[in-house]
Amino acid sequence: MIVLILLPFVAEAVDESYVISSMTRIMIFAMAAVSLDLIVGYGAMVSFGHAAFVGLGAYVAAILSFHINDGSAVFNFPFSFDGSNNLFLILIVAIFVAAIVAALTGLISLRTHGIHFIMITLAFAQMLYYLFISLDTYGGEDGLLMPGRNQVPFIDTADDFTFYYLCLLILVVYIFLSRRLVNSQFGRVIRGCKLNEKRMQSLGFNTYWYRLTAYIIAATGAAVAGVLLANKTEFVDPGLFSWHLSGELLVMVILGGLGSIYGAVIGAFVYLLLEQVLSAYTEHWMFFLGPFLILVVIYARHGIYGVLQNKVLSND
Amino acid sequence: MLLFIEQVLNGLQLGFMLFLLSAGLTLVFGVMNLINLAHGSFYMVGAYVAATVMQASDSFVLALLVALFTAGLCGFLVEVIVLRHLYKRDHLDQVLATFGLILFFNEGTRMIWGRQPLFMQVPELLSGSVEILPGIPYPVYRLVIIAIGLAVAIGLYLLINHTRLGMRIRAGASNRSMIAALGVNIRWLYSLVFALGALLAGFAGVMAAPVFAVESGMGESILILTFVVIVIGGIGSVKGALLGALLVGLVDTLGRAFLPDLLQMFISSGANSIAASLSSMGIYLLMAVILAFKPRGLFPA
Repeated sequence: MIVLILLPFVAEAVDESYVISSMTRIMIFAMAAVSLDLIVGYGAMVSFGHAAFVGLGAYVAAILSFHINDGSAVFNFPFSFDGSNNLFLILIVAIFVAAIVAALTGLISLRTHGIHFIMITLAFAQMLYYLFISLDTYGGEDGLLMPGRNQVPFIDTADDFTFYYLCLLILVVYIFLSRRLVNSQFGRVIRGCKLNEKRMQSLGFNTYWYRLTAYIIAATGAAVAGVLLANKTEFVDPGLFSWHLSGELLVMVILGGLGSIYGAVIGAFVYLLLEQVLSAYTEHWMFFLGPFLILVVIYARHGIYGVLQNKVLSND
Repeated sequence: MLLFIEQVLNGLQLGFMLFLLSAGLTLVFGVMNLINLAHGSFYMVGAYVAATVMQASDSFVLALLVALFTAGLCGFLVEVIVLRHLYKRDHLDQVLATFGLILFFNEGTRMIWGRQPLFMQVPELLSGSVEILPGIPYPVYRLVIIAIGLAVAIGLYLLINHTRLGMRIRAGASNRSMIAALGVNIRWLYSLVFALGALLAGFAGVMAAPVFAVESGMGESILILTFVVIVIGGIGSVKGALLGALLVGLVDTLGRAFLPDLLQMFISSGANSIAASLSSMGIYLLMAVILAFKPRGLFPA
């Protein structure tokens, strides 16, 4: 935490400002990973389409600022909406859109379990992927360039330094809220569903609605990450919906350790840092990352966070 | 009408190719309860090896044999070195490990064969076309794919239902500790089934090599289709895989061929791009609808 706060100053001092940019990216992915951990780690709902919500958030940011730049309305019915460049408004719209999409797809997906749930979430994400490829107004397959970062009153988001702290702040708040959520009564019901759904039902909980709510909450978190990601790169393309990104998010969560929030953060940092470090040494970094992941699975049972926790426990 | 018959044949051809891939995947899932994301890698290995041997020796039969052997061997090695440790693990661990395998294989082929896609000629003997009906010429090679798919389907049916090995496979799927207790070497059985699945995937790769470009990552795009197939068909059921594969092949091909014209009749502007995305979505819509009504697929095993 302290490292993250001080890092930009160090980076600035040694004149390696790309570090700020790449750390911002990692923090945004960490947030998406945390939101995925909420359903995978706590609710045993393994979504293989989580990137779809990241993509939705990103496209909301890009489309709204595209229209404000263009001067045209996003839609005219039932009321006229001209788009926006205000980050807060965009976040709200993104959360709203992601929640609606998650509610619709969740209603169907949550009827299934296990591998079928994995596949049906993948199917919905693929549908969105092809939908956005077909939207010619918004760049289709080539993606959409944003006119600039969305604005926040009183601060200059175009500055990488400031944007870094904005992302850090949002990440910390999000982790805090997520911890509160999983430790609340709601979180206990969700965790109960993971262990034994029948038992929760006989205790009188309507588990379907609880799981659906959790699914929607996770989707909104991913959408916020999507908005930030679009703002960071100032570019969106349908690749954000791809199953490859969904897979990578899952890998981050599993790598770090399921069901611990911090694990997802660690997973995102380790995975993306490894990617960067290895790719600096060799073009064929995936050739080495692959076996590393396999070794982690075979030897580190509960992910990296699990190993760290065991170390701490055995030291006591 | 002529176009329709041609497209149906194209759909069947894609369907049977998907069947070759999904038969192995669904067996591995049904028997060993293992999610294997790296199944597409064997398909890729098959295609690469076939294209290379074909270029070097000009013999399709040799290319086919070497590719099948290599794909089967890769499957065997992967099972023994990595996956054997994961049968008792959570599905999520399997997802992570086989994702690692995908990265390894994709980058490995890139290191050996470079980034440029390879192209493979259709063997001379099969390169012509025949008139299946008066006025409809159709490439022989594609007909051969359909025939091979049918043959493999029949062969698998016989293998699973009428041989001792098939009996063991079925027994392993329903109760693994029981057949281990009865003295069947379950480790070898698993390795064998996995290698067989990899070999079939490699076979699909060889068949696909002259039709599609051979490139790194070709396994994943088809892997997703394969998963759609086995989920529609019901996981673990070879019969379901066959039906699901044909369904997906036909819906995908016919959708792409006819939806644009169909939509054009109703809406004038932008019909093409909407139709293109709708037809790409077609199979996912199909899957979502089927799962919404039959959450365990058409033939739950």
